[in-house]
Amino acid sequence: MIQSTAISVNGLEKSYKNLKVLNKINFSVQSGSIFALLGSNGAGKTTTIKILSTLLKPDKGSAQVCGFDVVRRPDKVREEISLTGQNAAVDNVLTGRENLRLIGKLRHLPDVNKKVDALLEKFDLMEAADRQVATYSGGMRRRLDLAMGLLGTPAIAFLDEPTTGLDPQSRIAMWKIIKDLSQSGITVFLTTQYLEEADQLADQIAILNQGKIVAEGTAAELKKLLPLKPIELKFLDEKEGRSALDLLRDYNASLDAENQTLTVTTDGSIRQMMDILNRLENADVWVAEFAQKLPTLEDVFLTIIGNKQGKDDEK
Amino acid sequence: MKIISGMKYNLSDTAVMSGRVLRHTFRSIDTLITVVAMPIMTMLMFVYVFGGAMDTGSIDYINFVVPGIVLFTIASGVAYTALRINNDVTGGIFDRFYSMPISKSSILGGHVLTSLVFNTFSTVLVLLVALLVGFRPEAGITGWLLVFGILLLFTLAMTWVSVIFGLLANSGEGAAVFSYPLLGLLFISSAFAPTESMPGIVRIFAEHQPMTPIIEAVRALLVNELVGNNALIAVIWCTAILIISYIAAMRIYTHKVS
Repeated sequence: MIQSTAISVNGLEKSYKNLKVLNKINFSVQSGSIFALLGSNGAGKTTTIKILSTLLKPDKGSAQVCGFDVVRRPDKVREEISLTGQNAAVDNVLTGRENLRLIGKLRHLPDVNKKVDALLEKFDLMEAADRQVATYSGGMRRRLDLAMGLLGTPAIAFLDEPTTGLDPQSRIAMWKIIKDLSQSGITVFLTTQYLEEADQLADQIAILNQGKIVAEGTAAELKKLLPLKPIELKFLDEKEGRSALDLLRDYNASLDAENQTLTVTTDGSIRQMMDILNRLENADVWVAEFAQKLPTLEDVFLTIIGNKQGKDDEK
Repeated sequence: MKIISGMKYNLSDTAVMSGRVLRHTFRSIDTLITVVAMPIMTMLMFVYVFGGAMDTGSIDYINFVVPGIVLFTIASGVAYTALRINNDVTGGIFDRFYSMPISKSSILGGHVLTSLVFNTFSTVLVLLVALLVGFRPEAGITGWLLVFGILLLFTLAMTWVSVIFGLLANSGEGAAVFSYPLLGLLFISSAFAPTESMPGIVRIFAEHQPMTPIIEAVRALLVNELVGNNALIAVIWCTAILIISYIAAMRIYTHKVS
């Protein structure tokens, strides 16, 4: 049976003691897509993944994975998913091959050895297959972790911060693996702290902040919400910087006095750039360096949260 | 049919899990040294160094001390069970298993079964070395079966105590710490010296704590003497500890995973 919605989450709430970790979150994930839950540390990403993978029970609300309720039919959900946690849950004492065989046997798969060989090949672990995992690099451990998750040919793969702590090369390798997963028809649900990663991989992104979904959409849609191009102006001394700050009072600008650097938020239009530079030029404030910054996740948060507060105030 | 296939999976999952933990145990030189070499060294020390000064009446000191050494072996063995369970919990592989469609009882079951198997292995090894240095048991088949039964029950009870510590502790070292009070209990019991030689309050404690009846029962069975009430008291102690720690461990476990 083809299902168009792989995951649907309605009004999910979870608290630890007095701390509300998830506050009525809603989203849905299309089958076969890559969905990224973007947020900083402590935003509630791991809690969400734990609830969806049946490791935690929500306080309120409901979640369906592959059409099964995570609280009422956890056994059915577990048949459909694989979970790759934040700290590579592999067995250090066993070899890579033994790790895979362990999972294969627990899933009662036929032809375990053949499947294990295929995965070792696919994840570039054949050479290290018979070495103890304790000797593996961070990237290898993640790949093994993911391979272990895929042994059961899941419909949905949950990846909790799959690239956190990896070097750039391993990160790019992991991105390719995740794209390949999606192409083979597996729905991918991943969490990340990096806007760039969500941008690279995800068909749909939801931004989680302090237990709430503050924005949802495709990467392109979200970027429209951003202060598109913050710019950075470096001055020769702090005094110049202060005069510039004064001149650009009506912009959202902040001065880093120590580095004589002024960050100005713009809408990215040529008109605004010209305006900023003209004002400085007319006042004889000398700009030593000029740079356009890529928006960071923090910028997104700040903008979205700022907009929200603005709207709330209007009400 | 469903129940039967469920049970089959349950057993095969537990077997697979036990295979994993057994590999851990036999690949860890550390475990083998602590659990097998340490008790053997202790035995040799007691027999050849302190033994001469001990008055154990009609029994040879080596025959006197072996039951205590065996309990010492088991107490150090279960500390590793706590350590390994704790490593699984803190390392995240517990979560991985829990998110898989496998029999949930196999996750702890693998550790418990491995604990029984490995402690049997180390106990047999210690007994063999004891035979080499002059241990001469006189028990018949019934005696040996009873000894085996009591020791297995003791191991099972201690294993479930170790599960509690393994689940609760923040680190592996913390989890293994509980074996120290166990070793303490052993030293203040009739394991290494007759309780008659101890001063008042220590003697009262030594004679009424669980280790002493277990040791007395095993010792009497091994040298083929009258066992008296000790076997019954030992079984009652072990069963009570087993039931309480099993209930506590399962509560902590279900709380932990939901």
